[in-house]
Amino acid sequence: MSRPIRVLIAKPGLDGHDRGALTLAMGLRDQGMEVIYTGVRQSVENIVRTCSQEYVDVLGLSLLSGGHNYYFPKIIDLLKEKGMGHILVLAGGIIPNEDRKNLKEKGIKEIFGPGSTISEIAAFIRENVRGEDS
Amino acid sequence: MLNDKVSDIAAKQKEWEDGSLKEYVKENPERDIFTEIPAKTLYTPIDRADSDYANDIGFPGQYPFTRGITPTMYRSRIWPMSDYAGFGTAKETAERHKHLLAHGNTHMALACDIPTQLGYDADDPLVAAEVGLMGVSLSSLKDVEVLLADIPLDKVTIRGSTSTLVLPLWAMYTVAAEKKGFPINKMMGDAKPDVMDEFLGRGTYIFPPEHSLRLSLDLVEYGLKNIPNLTYQINSYTIHEQGSTVVQDGAYSLATALFYIEEGRKRGTIDVGEFAARISQHTAVHTHIFEEAAKSRAMRRLWARLIKERYNPTNPKAMRCVIDPNTGGSVLTAQQAEINIIRIAMEILAAALGGCTVIAPCSYDEALTIPTKKAVTMSLRAQQIIAYESGVCDTVDPLGGSYYVETLTDRIEKEMLDFINKIDANGGMMEVIKSGWLKKEISRSAYLKQKALEDGRQVKVGLNRFCVEEDITYEMHKPNPQLLEIRKKDLKQLRAERDNAAVRSSLETLRKAAQGTENLMPFLQDAVRNYATVGEITKVLKDVFGEYKPKPIAV
Amino acid sequence: MKHDIDKLIAGTLSGVENSLSCLLAIAENDDSSVSRILDAISPSLGKAYRIGITGSPGSGKSTLIDKLVGIMRGKGLTVGVICVDPSSPVTGGAVLGDRIRMEQHYSDDGVFIRSMASRGSYGGISKAVGAAVALFDAFGKDVVIVETVGIGQEGIDITKIVDTTLLVLAPGWGDSMQLMKAGILEVSDIIAINKADLGADGLVDSIKDILALGTRKSVPPVIQTQALNNIGIEDLYRELENQRNKHHHNEKNNTH
Repeated sequence: MSRPIRVLIAKPGLDGHDRGALTLAMGLRDQGMEVIYTGVRQSVENIVRTCSQEYVDVLGLSLLSGGHNYYFPKIIDLLKEKGMGHILVLAGGIIPNEDRKNLKEKGIKEIFGPGSTISEIAAFIRENVRGEDS
Repeated sequence: MLNDKVSDIAAKQKEWEDGSLKEYVKENPERDIFTEIPAKTLYTPIDRADSDYANDIGFPGQYPFTRGITPTMYRSRIWPMSDYAGFGTAKETAERHKHLLAHGNTHMALACDIPTQLGYDADDPLVAAEVGLMGVSLSSLKDVEVLLADIPLDKVTIRGSTSTLVLPLWAMYTVAAEKKGFPINKMMGDAKPDVMDEFLGRGTYIFPPEHSLRLSLDLVEYGLKNIPNLTYQINSYTIHEQGSTVVQDGAYSLATALFYIEEGRKRGTIDVGEFAARISQHTAVHTHIFEEAAKSRAMRRLWARLIKERYNPTNPKAMRCVIDPNTGGSVLTAQQAEINIIRIAMEILAAALGGCTVIAPCSYDEALTIPTKKAVTMSLRAQQIIAYESGVCDTVDPLGGSYYVETLTDRIEKEMLDFINKIDANGGMMEVIKSGWLKKEISRSAYLKQKALEDGRQVKVGLNRFCVEEDITYEMHKPNPQLLEIRKKDLKQLRAERDNAAVRSSLETLRKAAQGTENLMPFLQDAVRNYATVGEITKVLKDVFGEYKPKPIAV
Repeated sequence: MKHDIDKLIAGTLSGVENSLSCLLAIAENDDSSVSRILDAISPSLGKAYRIGITGSPGSGKSTLIDKLVGIMRGKGLTVGVICVDPSSPVTGGAVLGDRIRMEQHYSDDGVFIRSMASRGSYGGISKAVGAAVALFDAFGKDVVIVETVGIGQEGIDITKIVDTTLLVLAPGWGDSMQLMKAGILEVSDIIAINKADLGADGLVDSIKDILALGTRKSVPPVIQTQALNNIGIEDLYRELENQRNKHHHNEKNNTH
């Protein structure tokens, strides 16, 4: 893509630990992307609305407190409902292996657990983000 | 005479550097070593030439306490052991703690789930997805009564990380004890009234900082009057886990403690010396054994000096810095998770070498799940092996006198003081939190650490080196799928059985008191006695105090 | 994905958020389409009151804007906020961190917040930001706020695309002095001294001193605020309304 990729990093649910989210935001900036961070404790609706207003290419969901099976599918469904099914949705945090298959089937393209690097996430984004003419 | 010795050594050291060392490194160049505080090839008496043993290092149990807070440290008593645990219902959590206590734990360190910490009842639809996942679900006195039913309060210290609602929580603990016929003044506890880290990344803040501070100081005041064995934890654990350096961890802990002491002093009802004497610093200990041990030593010395300089209290314990850390979870890996037990053991060793009191370890499966029974037991055993089999408890401060560790201690002390002064220069603790300055500093450190990991300069076994294709399945904690239904039923029953008129009345009285300046503990105890729920109490406080909206950082 | 620009323009003019969002992106990324878009929407312009808010980092700009938006919404006005942050000159990336301070407005249908990176444009205000302001106007927003960091020359460009320029300073920030010396003081319509509880007098004196050396004949209105404590925001809003009326009056006069 010739223009900077726009990424929204969001923290749904009640978990307030944002070291990973903030580190990734800085890292993706250093990889040439434009990154917006929602802050913690965001509702499903607010996250989706922010995706819309900010016209993002990528949504990164960060959650460490175990509510991923509840929140992530809801967010994907609402994105589709609002005509944003093209957004590349990724997840990170503490997401047990046994839950990953299901989440991928629901529409999370990839899950980056503890130990994932910024460079691998950036590379994945570049390879998988939907190309745009504008 | 000493000077002659020193210059003699200096000369020989130069000879060694220009001779053997220079020759050797030609064929054997030194590796690129990544540490937070760069280490030299060698430390010698030259590095300690200006050392003043009597004033700077001194004797354990005596100002400035560099070598330890008691004269004999672990020779008299091994540190108390504490495993942090909590999940599901009060009953399930009580079982886990009973298991740990039976195997040698002395403290009951409670993890409350996020809904509880944020003041939501388990049946609140807003929190349905997260009940009982990250800790125990406690919605009322009834749950606490179940939790403490079989816990011998004369032998077990209650601790926990819930800070924003620490006052209502302790209202429940004290009333539960009372109902069990156990005198409140004999309870033992390590409460965490420090809320500052909530605004810096722990995330379970509710009220604006000024109101949270009031609740914290109400607990301090109550504890000073009524619970002689209640200590107050200052929590820099979050900061270190959020990515801060060792220096920032120690500095933040001391600065926050000083902040609370000063705020307590301003109240007029809290004695500085008594308060200071009851503070413990809950830091995170990571795997660099020497930096962490030096950090603890430096913290003790700096605390003693700052308290003496600022307050000169008569209570000798006020200058004694009690450090009771948790081992760091952020340094553990999901990859080859079992090897984390070695990291945890190193952290325990670092804490012991640093002369810490009460060490709480993580578990090897920390990066994957709520720790399983097997994992927490292994961490407890790690503590026991180190305590009894490593020799670390055979003498006080065994690293004392090490040229390296003493130099590190000096350097960390100086840099901590610089950071504390920076906090003051930027407006003081409350301001640096509200403005986001402190969070920015920590995030920067975190980012640099991440870069070092990704560059490979920081080696992480199993993560960026010595990796394997894994086929290991770990036993994972399985949350009870019926949990939410059980909790909803519990609350329905509670609301049906209690005297709802009494609940309403005590909540109204609480509201009026919250609008004023009285200590809220008796009002909270009243409300919980009537089985007002955590959610109901928090709603009243939110109505009066408002809710905090953080000003997140621009990095 | 090829966009149907005409459809998006129609959608924007009828108040469809998704259309506006997409057009904003096109205006930002596709230079060749910008003129066409601006031409198409130009008959619909002129309703919105455009406010540029600049000031040094740490002055509390975003919090101030958050509170102002609250007041505007209380009066039934719809608001568009464009937050501009600098792109890294090295990587071209950016962390767009202003939106997060307006969290209370995320779910308000009457508020649309868009973050934009400066993308290397000198002055931080690119053609795209100018186009974005116009698009918000055409969309039907009563007020459009552009927030940008202004140090030295950077904040001055904003005056070209807005009706009123508000400069936010805070005592104790060394940047304030730089800012003031660099000329932004000359072109600001209102000055807010935020975090006034830290002692605003010194700053007010400095402002007067610097202006005395410049070409400007009078000191613009100076309002002291404490955004976090909700102090002075109503006064600031009133002054903004004042400036708007003055601006409209001047415009009316200019058309004669």
